[in-house]
Amino acid sequence: MAGVTAAPASRSSAASYAPGAAFIFKKALISALVALVLFSLMIGVRTDAGPDGQLTYWTRFGDLAAMVATVFGGSIVVELLRQWWGPVGTVRIVPPSVQSGLAVARRAIAPLLLVFTFLVPVIFYNERYILDLGILVLTYVMLGWGLNVVVGLAGLLDLGYVAFYAVGAYSYALLATNFGFSFWICLPLAGILAAFCGVLLGFPVLRLRGDYLAIVTLAFGEIIRLVIINWQSLTGGPNGVTGIPRPTLFGIPLTPGDDGLAAMLGIEFSTTHRIVFLFYLILALALLTNWVTIRLRRLPIGRAWEALREDEVACRALGINTTTTKLTAFATGAMFGGLAGAFFATRQGFISPESFTFHESALVLAIVVLGGMGSQLGVALAALVMIGGFELFRGLEQFRMLVFGLAMVLLMIWRPRGLIGHRAPTVFLHHNQAISSDLVKEGHG
Amino acid sequence: MDYFAQQLINGIVLGSIYGLIAIGYTMVYGIVGMINFAHGDIFMIGGFIALISFLILVSFGLTVVPVILLIVLLVSMAITALYGWTVERIAYRPLRHSFRLAPMLSAIGMSFVLTNYSQVAQGARVKPVPPIITGGYTLYEADGFVVRLSNVQIIVVITTVVLLAIFTWMVARTRLGRDMRACEQDQTMAALLGVDVDRTISMTFVIGAALAAVAGMMYLLYYGLVDFFMGFVAGIKAFTAAVLGGIGSLPGAMLGGLLIGLIETMWSAYFSVEYKDVAAFSILIVVLIFLPTGLLGRPEVEKV
Repeated sequence: MAGVTAAPASRSSAASYAPGAAFIFKKALISALVALVLFSLMIGVRTDAGPDGQLTYWTRFGDLAAMVATVFGGSIVVELLRQWWGPVGTVRIVPPSVQSGLAVARRAIAPLLLVFTFLVPVIFYNERYILDLGILVLTYVMLGWGLNVVVGLAGLLDLGYVAFYAVGAYSYALLATNFGFSFWICLPLAGILAAFCGVLLGFPVLRLRGDYLAIVTLAFGEIIRLVIINWQSLTGGPNGVTGIPRPTLFGIPLTPGDDGLAAMLGIEFSTTHRIVFLFYLILALALLTNWVTIRLRRLPIGRAWEALREDEVACRALGINTTTTKLTAFATGAMFGGLAGAFFATRQGFISPESFTFHESALVLAIVVLGGMGSQLGVALAALVMIGGFELFRGLEQFRMLVFGLAMVLLMIWRPRGLIGHRAPTVFLHHNQAISSDLVKEGHG
Repeated sequence: MDYFAQQLINGIVLGSIYGLIAIGYTMVYGIVGMINFAHGDIFMIGGFIALISFLILVSFGLTVVPVILLIVLLVSMAITALYGWTVERIAYRPLRHSFRLAPMLSAIGMSFVLTNYSQVAQGARVKPVPPIITGGYTLYEADGFVVRLSNVQIIVVITTVVLLAIFTWMVARTRLGRDMRACEQDQTMAALLGVDVDRTISMTFVIGAALAAVAGMMYLLYYGLVDFFMGFVAGIKAFTAAVLGGIGSLPGAMLGGLLIGLIETMWSAYFSVEYKDVAAFSILIVVLIFLPTGLLGRPEVEKV
C-alpha cells in the first residue's frame, strides 16, 4: 500500500529533483575531506634522496591545499552538472529531422574521411610534423582494426595484443638485418609469424573466457616482452635492434643515390618523399585490414565470430566449431598486428622492448572499446581522438599517462559502450516469426 | 640442503607478501566478479605511505622501533584503505551493472592513474630506506654456508599469520563477514534480506586495500625500497596466486601466494633470475588451462 502511494510522490519529486545548496555543499565538503586524507602524505610530503644518499623529505602544503580546493570546487561543478543533465539513463528524444540529418552525416563521414586522408600528404607536404603524426595515427588505426577482429567481432578480450606487434616488428628487424631480406618479402613473413603466435596463444586459452582470458593474454604479452629483453644473443636485449633497413618501392630505394627513385624520375631528392611513401604504405596496409575485415564479416566465419561474441553456449548448440572460430579470430587479429609491427620497425629503423609495453596494449584496447567494439569507422575516429589527444598533451610529459588513465575511467563511466556505441550483429531476424503449434507438435516437427 | 633451506625461508617470506595482496583480489572477485586491476597499485601506494610516515616519525625523533612500526602500520592501513574505498566509489560503482568489459577497462585506467599519480607526486626514482629492523638468528652453519632467519622475516611471517587469523575470524563470525558471504552468493537476494550491498562491497575494497597496505609495508621492510612501478608485476603475481589457490577462496589465496613465492624463489635460485617473472606468468597460464578452479576453488557452473 505504501508503495502505491509513494509512487506518484516520488515521480513528482523526481521532476523537481533539485537538492538544495546545503546538500551540494555537504557533499563537496565530504569529498574535500576525503581528498585531504588521500593527498595528505602523497602530495603534502615529498621524499627524495638528499646529497648524501639519505632519503629526506620536505612539505608541500601549498600544493596540498590547491588539490583539496580543486576537489571541493570540482565536486560542486560535477553535482551541478548532474542536476542539469538529469538522472542517468534518461532517454533523450531527438527530433526526426535531426535524426535523418545525423544519418546522412554518418553515411558521408567515412568517404569524406578517406578522401581527406588520401589528400593529407598533398595538403601538408611541407609539414613534416603533421605527416609523422598522420603515420602514427594510421598505425594505431590499423592496430585498432586488427584488434577489433578479436575483441570487437569475436568478443575475446585480448590484453596482450602488443605481443603480436612485437613479433611482427622483431621478425622484420631480425630477418632484414641478419639475412638481408627486403621489406616486401618480410612483410608477409612477419604477418605469418605473428599469426602463428596468435594460434600458439589461442590453443591454450580456448576454454577460458572473459576476465581469465584477459589476464592470460596479458601474461602472454609480458612473457614475450621478457623473452625479448632476456634473449640477448638473438634480440639484442634492452639495447634493441638498430640499423633496420628502410623500405623500398618494390626494389627501388628512396635514397639520394643514382639508383634512387628521385634520380630515376629525374626529380630533386627530398627526405619528404620517404615520409609520404611511408604514409601511403601504412594507409594501404590499414585499408587492407579494413577491407579484409569487412569481407570476412560477410563470410560464414565472420558470422560465426559475431555469434560467438553474442553467446558462446548458443553457438555451440548450433554446431559452430568454437575452436576454429576462436583460433581464426586470434590468428587474423595477430596477423594484422604483425604487419603493423613490421611497418613500425621499418619506419623507426630501431626497435627495443621499450616500445612493446602493456601501455600499448591498453591504448589499442581503449581505441577499440571507445570505437564502439565492432564499428570500423568508430575505431578509426577513436584512434584519431586518442592519438591526437595524446599529442596535445605531449607538453605535459609525465601528466600524460595520468590524463590518459583518467580519460579512460571517465569515458567508461560516461559512455561504456564507446563513442559510437553500436554493435548490432551484421545479420539478425527483423521480424519475430510466429510458428504455428501444428508445426512443432511432438512427433511431427 | 643448506642452500635449499635458506631459499625455503626466503620463499615463504615473499609468499606471505603475495598472499596478503592476493586476498584483496580474491575477495573482490568473489563478490563483484571483476579483476580489480588497480589492486597492485594500491599495494604500491601502501608502500609509499608507509615510507613517508616512517620518515616523518623518524625526523620527529621517535626511536622506539616497535612503536614506529605500529604507528606506520596503522597510518598506512588507514590511508590506503581510503584509497581502496575511493577507487571503488569513483571507478567501479557507477559501472556495476554495465556490460562486462566496462569495469575491467575502468580498472586498467585507474591503475594507470595511480601509477602515474605516485610518479608525479613522489618522483620516478627508487626510494631506498636504511634497514629498519636489523639482526636475526643463525639457524645452522656448516662449511662456511649459513642459514639465516632475520628478524624482518620473522616479523613479516608473524604479521601475515596474525592478520590472516583476524581476517578469517571476521569473515566466519562477524556480521560483516556474513554479509560478504551473502553478497558473494547472490547480491539481489542478499539485498532483499536486508544486506546493504553497496556498503558491503565498499567494505570489501577497504579491507582488501588495508591488507595490501600491510603487504606494501612488509615489502618496504623486507627489500628496503619502493618505487612507483612495483605494483604492476606484484599485482599480476598476486593475481596468479589468487587463481592458483582458487579464486574466491581465502585460504586458497594464502596458499597460492606461498606457492608462487616459493616457485619464484626456487626458480631464481636454481635456474635463472632473469626468467623468474616468465616462470610466474607461465604458471598462471598453465594453472588456468589445467586447473581453472584452482587448488581450493569451487567449480563454476555454466548456465544458459
